Amino acid sequence: MAGTNKDSEADIASVGTEIRDLAESMLREVERGDFGKAVALVNDLNQVRDRTLYDEIGRLTRALHESIKNLKVDSVGAASEIDSTTDKLEYVLEMTDKSANRTMDLADAGMPLANDINERANRLSVEWKRFLNKELKPDEFRALSKDINQFLTDSAEQSQTLKSQLSDIVLAQDFQDLTGQVIHKVAALVKDVEGRLVHLVAMAGKVDSITGITHAYPEVEPEEPGDGEKTVAAEGPQIDKSNKDVVASQDDVDDLLSSLGF
Amino acid sequence: MKILVVDDFSTMRRIVKNLLRDLGFTNTQEADDGLTALPMLQNGDFDFLVTDWNMPGMTGLDLLKKVREDDRLKTLPVLMVTAEAKRDQIVAAAQAGVNGYVVKPFTAAVLKEKIDKIFERVEG
Repeated sequence: MAGTNKDSEADIASVGTEIRDLAESMLREVERGDFGKAVALVNDLNQVRDRTLYDEIGRLTRALHESIKNLKVDSVGAASEIDSTTDKLEYVLEMTDKSANRTMDLADAGMPLANDINERANRLSVEWKRFLNKELKPDEFRALSKDINQFLTDSAEQSQTLKSQLSDIVLAQDFQDLTGQVIHKVAALVKDVEGRLVHLVAMAGKVDSITGITHAYPEVEPEEPGDGEKTVAAEGPQIDKSNKDVVASQDDVDDLLSSLGF
Repeated sequence: MKILVVDDFSTMRRIVKNLLRDLGFTNTQEADDGLTALPMLQNGDFDFLVTDWNMPGMTGLDLLKKVREDDRLKTLPVLMVTAEAKRDQIVAAAQAGVNGYVVKPFTAAVLKEKIDKIFERVEG
C-alpha cells in the first residue's frame, strides 16, 4: 500500500506542476490582454482538477475493494474467518453452559449422599454414647450394632461415589482451556479487523488530500498472505465436527492411529 | 514414575495432574510450553511426558520432535492430549513419534486407557 501512496503523491506533485504552468500562462495572457486565451486556460485548469479527482477516486475505489476483500481474508488461522466467529462464540457459550450444568448436576447428586452420611453418623454417635454409658438394653444394642454395620457398608460405598463425583467436577473444568483457545483466536481476529478498518479509514481520508486537507492516521500494513506453504500448525478446538478433515471422537482418533500401525 | 505435564492452561494441567493422581501417579511436574519443558526433560529423570499441542513459545509437536532428536530422551513415552482434531494433524503427530493421542475434551477412562496401553507396549 506504501507504493500506492508514493504513486499517488508523485501524481499530485505532477498535477501541481501542471496547475502552476497553466496558471502562469494564464497570468501571462491576462497581462498581455488576451482574455479569450486566459479564459480557455481557466477551462484547462478545471479539466486538470476533474481528471485528478477521477483518477484519485478510481484509485480509492480499487484500494477500497482490495481492503474489503482483505477483511474476509483469513489471517489468524484456517478456521477463523469472520463468518465463523459467531460459531466460535456460540461454541464458547455451549461449552461453558455444558460445564456449568455438569458441575451443578454432580454437586446436586453428591449433596444427598453427604447429607445421609452426616445424619446417620450423628444419630449413631448419640446411640454409641448411650452404649458407652451402659444405657442400652440388649435388644437396643443388637439394633445398634446392625445399624453400625449397615452404616459402615453404605458410607464406604457413598464416599467412593462422592470421590468420583468430585473427580468429574474437576474434569468438567476443561472448558476453560478449550474456550480460552477459541477466545484467543477471536481476539486475534478482532485485532486484525481493527487494523484493516483503521487502514480503510485512513484511505477514505485521502479524499481530503485531493482538496489539500491531510489526516495523520496511523499506517497499518496488512499482513502478507501465506505463500501456500503446507505446514501442520496448531489450530485449536475444531468447532465444526462434521468437517471430513476432522475426527469426530476419540474412537476416530484410535481408528486413524491403528490404521497407521499403532 | 516421574511425569511431566505440559499445557499452557493451568486448569488443564491441574485436571491432568488430578486424573494422574487418581491413577496412582503422584510424582508429577508441570511446564507451560515446550520451551520450559525441554530443559526440564533434559535435566530431569522423567519417565513419561503428557503434552498439549497448541502452546505459545514451542508447540507440543515441536517438543515431541526435539525429544525424539535427543539421544537421551528419544525413547521417552509421549502422550499428546490436545484439542487439535484434524486427521492430518494426528498423522503428523504419529509420524513425529507420539505414543498416544487423546482429543480434548476427554474422560478419565480414556486417559487411563491410553496411559495403560502406552506402558503395556513400553514394558512388553
